[in-house]
Amino acid sequence: MTHSIANTPHPETAGAGPVLGVETSCDETGVAVYDVARGLLAHTLYSQIKMHADYGGVVPELASRDHVRKLLPLIRETLRSAGMTTRNLGGVAYTAGPGLVGALLVGAACARALAWALDVPAIGVHHMEGHLLAPMLEADPPQPPYVALLVSGGHSMLIEVSGIGRYRLLGDTLDDAAGEAFDKTAKLMGLPYPGGPALAKLAESGAAGRFKFSRPMTDRPGLDFSFSGLKTQVLLAYQANAGEPGVKADIARGFEEAIVDTLAIKCRRALAQTGARRLVIAGGVGANKRLRAQLAEAAEGEGFRVYFPRPEFCTDNGAMIALAGALRLQAGLHEDAAIKVAPRWDLESLAAV
Amino acid sequence: MNLLAIDTATEACSAALGFDGKIIERSELAPRRHAELILPMIESLLAEAGLARRDLDGIAVGRGPGAFTGVRLAISVAQGLALGLDLPVVPVSSLAALALDAPDDVAHRDAPILAVIDARMGEVYTGAFRRTAEGLVEAISDEAVGPAEKWILPQNPQVHEAQWCVVGSGWDAYREALAARLPASPSFADGKRYPQARAVLRLAAPRFARGEGAAPEAALPVYLRDKVALTLDEQRAR
Repeated sequence: MTHSIANTPHPETAGAGPVLGVETSCDETGVAVYDVARGLLAHTLYSQIKMHADYGGVVPELASRDHVRKLLPLIRETLRSAGMTTRNLGGVAYTAGPGLVGALLVGAACARALAWALDVPAIGVHHMEGHLLAPMLEADPPQPPYVALLVSGGHSMLIEVSGIGRYRLLGDTLDDAAGEAFDKTAKLMGLPYPGGPALAKLAESGAAGRFKFSRPMTDRPGLDFSFSGLKTQVLLAYQANAGEPGVKADIARGFEEAIVDTLAIKCRRALAQTGARRLVIAGGVGANKRLRAQLAEAAEGEGFRVYFPRPEFCTDNGAMIALAGALRLQAGLHEDAAIKVAPRWDLESLAAV
Repeated sequence: MNLLAIDTATEACSAALGFDGKIIERSELAPRRHAELILPMIESLLAEAGLARRDLDGIAVGRGPGAFTGVRLAISVAQGLALGLDLPVVPVSSLAALALDAPDDVAHRDAPILAVIDARMGEVYTGAFRRTAEGLVEAISDEAVGPAEKWILPQNPQVHEAQWCVVGSGWDAYREALAARLPASPSFADGKRYPQARAVLRLAAPRFARGEGAAPEAALPVYLRDKVALTLDEQRAR
């Protein structure tokens, strides 16, 4: 999968050269080339999802083994589609964390060594910062300050973005991430891994109103989430109605509405609390159609603006890493020759650019 | 030819540079610090030799077996370097590199060599080797992973009554089990030796000279332990 996109140029920063971005923090190998002056020049992605499906979830050691097989061919393919060679690169960025340590290390080692060989600067990027900045890959990027809802299989966070590297965590999940809740709920109704997207698909044909689940933690102030209780509600409803026609689809509908409502309520609250008028949606759950529709409607009604990166930039990808890395390299930040990864890494600890 | 070699498959992290007919190296026992150390080691070798990155002609890499993460680190670094410098890569067995460090004096030269690395989980990585006329080593068995007490002598009858040399961390971990499998007590045994980049470089040099260097994507880890998780079907069958 390869795309060429012309972004708004930033003329004052031309000349640093294109930056290669490498993402290997979990089960996708992503590679891209981004140029601050010319925008995204190419990006490719290889997903391991089919391999892990046989195991019912991501197996970290298998993820690492697959990254090391796929990364170099993917880098070559990406450079080819950008119409360049390694000699044209002005820098190399890689996801340094958070994520699976073995998987991170494959991308970090290869990318850091490549930069060293080319004698160009390298930068380790925070995976979440990549997601937060992903909407800047689009033609009409949001200007900070904005609020970002980051929802994926591993995260459910509301973050205030007041500039590059200036992030404040407003709310987080106390247990399951939103995407995790989708996958686990799908699993308990017998849908194959990863069930989240299948559950959302099923919900499209479900009847509204037959099953009503709670909107966790919306009855009290605060921006934190808790989704693990929903699983239990779904399980009880499923057991009580097993075998009835359309029960799976109707439960899926009720479940999806509960999650989406909850996320939307907290987003509106976060905007009110910070005074921001722009909302950015990122992470894999950001591709959910009902979430997009509901937030778009709320935005229109309440006069804020919502930004959705295209679905392929919502899920893990190399483009967001190349972009975040390019902005940090442009600000003069870079790594020394030590290859370092941080499986756990506090987003709020990043240096402002 | 200016050749660079690295090995991070075990507790040892090492890099070696071959130039002007000599080899210089950096090596450190530094568990969990390999990623931090490897590029600075290479920088320091090039500085000592007065060479630039672009003066290199090939990259040799210890491809395992060993610690999974360490093996992948060396391969990933070698791939990144070779891609950036447009160089061929020769992957070398970390067991062969370990075997090359067995003593090469008159008393031991003809002894078969067992290279054995602690593989954790009650197992060892093993390879049997013999010394060649050129002073290098060649395999006389397939490399394998398994419990030390199940290691079997190679088919070759010449080694069945020999006194072996045993090198590698597997000897310290499973000395008694391995000794019971050998025909006689070893003439030399050292459980504190690890695969070193200098040995990787010596084994790779003739292969580079024969034009056997390949594209970096062809250099891949050899783990030996390939079953690392159960599929859903296998979990259900249990």
